[in-house]
Amino acid sequence: MNQMMLGRRQFLKGSGALVVAFAMADALTVEAQTAPQKSLAADAVDSYLVVGRDGKVTLYTGKVDIGTGARVAYRQIVAEELDIPIERIAMVEGDTALCPDQGGTGGSTGIVNGGMQIRQAAASARQALLAMAAKTLNAQPTELVVAEGVVRVRDGHSVAYGELVGDGHFGVKLDPKAPLKDAGQYRYVGQPVQRPDLPAKMTGRHTYVHDFRLANMLHARVVRPVAIGATLAEVDEGSIANIPGARVVRIKDFLAVVAEREWNAVRAAKQLRVRWTGGGGLPGSDRVHAAIRTAEVARNEDLIKQGDSAGALRGSPRRFAATYEWPAQSHASMGPSCAVADYKPDNLTVWSSSQGTHGLRRNLARDLNIPVEQVRVVYMDGSGSYGSNGSDDVAADAVLISRELGRPVRVQWMREDEHGFDPKGPPQLLDLRAALDASGNIAAWETEAWLPENTRNLRSRPMLAFLAAGIPQQVGQSVAQVQGNAYPSYDLPNMTATVHWLKSTPLRPSNLRAPGKPGNVFAVESFIDELAAAANRDPLEFRLAHLKDDFGAGLLKRVAERMNWKSRPSPNRTNGNVLLGRGITYVWYKHMDNRMALGLEVSVERATGKVRVTRVVAAVESGLMINPDAVKNQVEGNIMQAVSRTLLEEVVFDQSGVTSVNWASYPILTFPDAPSIEVELVGSPRDKPLGAGEAASAPVPAAIANAVFDATGARIRRVPLTPSRVRGALVSQRQT
Amino acid sequence: MANVTLRVNGRSQTIDADDPNMPLLYALRDDLGLHGPKFGCGLGQCGACTVMVDGNAVRSCQTSVSQVQGREIITLEGLGSPEQMHKVQAAFVAEQAAQCGYCTNGMIMSATALLAKTPKPTEAQVRQALAGNLCRCGTHVRILRAVMRAASA
Repeated sequence: MNQMMLGRRQFLKGSGALVVAFAMADALTVEAQTAPQKSLAADAVDSYLVVGRDGKVTLYTGKVDIGTGARVAYRQIVAEELDIPIERIAMVEGDTALCPDQGGTGGSTGIVNGGMQIRQAAASARQALLAMAAKTLNAQPTELVVAEGVVRVRDGHSVAYGELVGDGHFGVKLDPKAPLKDAGQYRYVGQPVQRPDLPAKMTGRHTYVHDFRLANMLHARVVRPVAIGATLAEVDEGSIANIPGARVVRIKDFLAVVAEREWNAVRAAKQLRVRWTGGGGLPGSDRVHAAIRTAEVARNEDLIKQGDSAGALRGSPRRFAATYEWPAQSHASMGPSCAVADYKPDNLTVWSSSQGTHGLRRNLARDLNIPVEQVRVVYMDGSGSYGSNGSDDVAADAVLISRELGRPVRVQWMREDEHGFDPKGPPQLLDLRAALDASGNIAAWETEAWLPENTRNLRSRPMLAFLAAGIPQQVGQSVAQVQGNAYPSYDLPNMTATVHWLKSTPLRPSNLRAPGKPGNVFAVESFIDELAAAANRDPLEFRLAHLKDDFGAGLLKRVAERMNWKSRPSPNRTNGNVLLGRGITYVWYKHMDNRMALGLEVSVERATGKVRVTRVVAAVESGLMINPDAVKNQVEGNIMQAVSRTLLEEVVFDQSGVTSVNWASYPILTFPDAPSIEVELVGSPRDKPLGAGEAASAPVPAAIANAVFDATGARIRRVPLTPSRVRGALVSQRQT
Repeated sequence: MANVTLRVNGRSQTIDADDPNMPLLYALRDDLGLHGPKFGCGLGQCGACTVMVDGNAVRSCQTSVSQVQGREIITLEGLGSPEQMHKVQAAFVAEQAAQCGYCTNGMIMSATALLAKTPKPTEAQVRQALAGNLCRCGTHVRILRAVMRAASA
């Protein structure tokens, strides 16, 4: 009963954006069919591109579009290099039986890495097609002209791609030397082509993994322990006896209920009487940073060591120090994680919105002792996730239950499961020290950061279901490049940044959007502002004075100009019930990706402490943009989400587990409080694509804290800047 | 076992409900195969499940099937199709006002209910009408623009 839409061609009226008609996912017939024999080697053109006799091209990619719009960008790349109309391109994403393994999708690298691989595949395919055409047309390759998927010679003879290779194989490898189209000739790349998936999504016709159904499928809900790691002492199966078809699945401490009807599974999970013992032992969110400071360190690492920061600090009479704290945060996906699994004796198929289907496949195979060839993970769109949310975990839930019952099983987490048990962006702690010289410039800088380590050669995190069921699995920990931007993006003479890599962190950590960078830049760019204020200098001028890079300085000036920035030191000494402030930040993302300047304006209600971000202005370095509107959408989204993370978001937990388990206790930004956002995408001197999006998360938190300082004179060094925290800072400020 | 007759998108359909308190959301998604409304929280906090009942935007996760028997229910599918979109849906596409699109059902249903009563809203009125609809991808700016575009269409 697959309700996937097939073969829909869409003709849209629109304005502004380029509107094209797409061959909509013709190949996405994801019925549990046997996959055809198809090349999967990452270096073979046939793994990526299949040309049908009718000239339609299907792109197979291991990268997935979890809501970023990459789906249209990949098509633009292929249309460009192959010289075919974009509407002829269908796509299959993340199906492990059909798509090459290009690594997981994340870190704003989908285009930077995956897209460029696809470009190389398309360019190589074009070379192969030209060679075939030369033979067919009995011409020299240099005489050939390609347009709209047809190869012509000057005398008028022609042959179409479909005739050359139709349903056959290219049989060639990706050629790193295959000539790429000259940027001056681009027709599709650089155009704001509309996304192909939106008409169906806007009308309820798109099949998300949440909407996918199989015949004979059971609905399941997992019953999680009251305390993390608790032991299941007792289950009263009779307590759900009145619910039709509901039954319990128990494997050691893994507990689930299933039913033929979804609502019956939902209410059975709620109604089931269970007794848990033990578990917990967490420090609680109020004490988490104190706990991190004394946690076991696996190793220390100097991220940068230039000049003599210790000597310069000792020698300076004007020394400053501050501690910054970033809380644990949730992906908080709008749709709780969902997966469907069909475990059969000789093969396992999983439908999942995982951002890394090949990795999930390997993990499932290893943990369950199934040959990897017998496991297929089929990607389907999910609710937006921003790194690793619960989508892999829920797949493991579904697999375990399906194995137990021998039927296809669909598991969707409830809201409290998602907020309570999704892997978390880890809490961060940074001690910063600096000194100013006689002219008010930064003479020395030191960062000391406490961050969870990335274990080597182990997988990123254990699956919840297998932990509970006592299934042995590799237990590693990965939070990605969480140390990024832990020191300023300015040219400072004496600078040291050290990370204490922690063996563990409370709550299961994962890579959450722009891993670590919002927290690190919150600390670093707030402290820069503290130094500017101590030197009684304008925050913009202070930054420019320490930035030799002309391009970066240009970004700051563009933002300042748009904000009509008047030079003066912070804070702005105003009175009234509502205080207004401005803040500005600069970051060179990971010190190698996008450079970015961001300014914003806030209002602070003195009585309540409520901070509103009213306006955001950003200038973002953008390299080669495949689809500028999709890039802009990602930048806007990252800024908005980072405003939410900064003002509102903290995973609250006690000794047992997470207590902020819904949108009331873990609120996110709402429409009345959404700022206006002005984004300027500034062409880079570098002509390759740069990551689109997550860099824009990094400069937001400090800009808000700086603007709040500008408005109130209160420096807040802990996120989130909730009304109670800001009010508290205002009260203690008045008392001093 | 109780038969419940629902009038959805202009058609009357009868379903077997084991539980008269089953939320409308499950009847729509599981019994009628209408996947426009989404499960987001089951608590009436996020708006992803919004449908229109007699012209009002209603949280289908907080509304039992027995409460809406005989009432006029419209889902996202009932507003328009990819070939023939409702003006609000078309405006969301024109503004590319989505990222993952999971929450969009709620935005479109809430906005449509607003425009039916207030055809020319101010942006502040639109923000207020969408105050109970959460978006995690941060597409707020585009969504507001889309609703204003629909209002002027």
